[in-house]
Amino acid sequence: MASATKKISVRGLQKGFEGRDVLRGVDLDVDEGRSLVVIGGSGSGKSVFLKCLLGILKPDSGIVEIDGRNIARQTDSDRRYMTNQTGMLFQGAALFDSLTVWENIAFRLIYSENKSRKAARNKALECLTQVGLAPEVGNLQPSALSGGMQKRVSLARAIASEPRILFFDEPTTGLDPIMADVINNLIVDRVKAIGATAISITHDMASARKIADEIAMLYQGRIIWRGKPDEIDKSGNPMVDQFVNGRAEGPIQMTLRRR
Amino acid sequence: MNPFALTGSVAIDAVRETGRIADFGARGAFAWVTGPFYWRAFFSALGRIGFASLPVVGLTAIFTGAALALNIYDGSLRFNAETFLPQILGVSIVRELGPVLAALMVAGRCSSAMAAEIGTMRVTEQIDAMSTLAVDPFKYLIAPRVLATTVALPFLVLIADIIGVYGGYLVAVYALDFSGPIFVTNIAEFLENRDVVSGLIKAAVFGFLISVMGCYYGYNSRGGAQGVGSATRTAVVAAAVVVLASNYFMTSLLVEF
Repeated sequence: MASATKKISVRGLQKGFEGRDVLRGVDLDVDEGRSLVVIGGSGSGKSVFLKCLLGILKPDSGIVEIDGRNIARQTDSDRRYMTNQTGMLFQGAALFDSLTVWENIAFRLIYSENKSRKAARNKALECLTQVGLAPEVGNLQPSALSGGMQKRVSLARAIASEPRILFFDEPTTGLDPIMADVINNLIVDRVKAIGATAISITHDMASARKIADEIAMLYQGRIIWRGKPDEIDKSGNPMVDQFVNGRAEGPIQMTLRRR
Repeated sequence: MNPFALTGSVAIDAVRETGRIADFGARGAFAWVTGPFYWRAFFSALGRIGFASLPVVGLTAIFTGAALALNIYDGSLRFNAETFLPQILGVSIVRELGPVLAALMVAGRCSSAMAAEIGTMRVTEQIDAMSTLAVDPFKYLIAPRVLATTVALPFLVLIADIIGVYGGYLVAVYALDFSGPIFVTNIAEFLENRDVVSGLIKAAVFGFLISVMGCYYGYNSRGGAQGVGSATRTAVVAAAVVVLASNYFMTSLLVEF
């Protein structure tokens, strides 16, 4: 049962690049143990939002609080507090191609938590099993894996140190529908198993409905709607309706460059 | 654009970039001080940069030494000074050609590899992933490479010096009819410790500069394959230029001592 304690709180988050505002004041709270999915079209600022939460990008202004601690100030201590609690599944998996699969999964255990290579390897193989891969896969190089397997390994790497917060960046992009559903199931299963708070960004509505306790829509740098997955089809918001139904016509206009 | 404004703009950009590189180099060189130090990454870099560069550095040195011996002999014949071939060859290689040529070879081989490897990690989000795994990329990626290159280059130069002189020895003895023992004795008696040490000091500085260039341009690469390609090219050119420029300034300092 999820408690009502705020794990993550974002207030007035703004970020721009070269005079172009990407985030224009994002306000968002996520309770401990809950899974929030942020949806939005391409270029809506989803990835920038996630990178600001992770501390990879420094916000222009605003507050990002984890357990009441503002990590947007980006002091070394704040960053350590943030990274020690988080795990992340990247859109392109972002596996280290110079290391084997098990070394990827055990990377944090060996190089940050100073576990022995033997103990870290055992934990890595256990995580591999949890994401439905055989232990033998651990000795392969990431380049020998399919896209779906790479995503699973990336998920195993994210959960290896049982973080309190998990971030998922487009977890099903580039996968066939069946493999996408496998990844969605694994995300739900692992997030519940370790009791983590999760924030995912995606434009895959099937994925959003499956892994979300709540869905928020980001449009033009602001959160324009938030609700439960079963409420999204009757949100009453024309932009949410257009996005959910995937219509080209509507208030959201994609910029097309014509020859 | 006004030419004065253009000159000023270029100068400001150059100073700004130099400052960024200096800051990056300092962070890279001292990131390990506060620990942890990743020994495995260091020794892996030492093997790739130092040991694996031996063949190309050795080949460069032996052919340069051989060609230099021929040139010195031919030139010095004009004023009947050909007997000084061993001394001139020794000083030229140990003080100048050994360090510079070894550094240029390592710049071509390793600076490009560092820029390509780190640049690819940047554009495929591997460096971001490393940060989210609570491992500082400066400690894991940059510091081991900078330290390994700084440590490896003096050893490579020492080997290049020996092989280069040996190349000259082969030509002198087998093509120019010099006496082998006299050749060796002349070089050993003529060379001073400071000749060798100044070359090794230069080598360590070159190693530092080469690795900083490779890592800096790779770490800051953007925009996919084209960005990585551009970073690789810039890293090699910048490394070669800083090697040659810093060689002049270091030589002018070292000859004073």
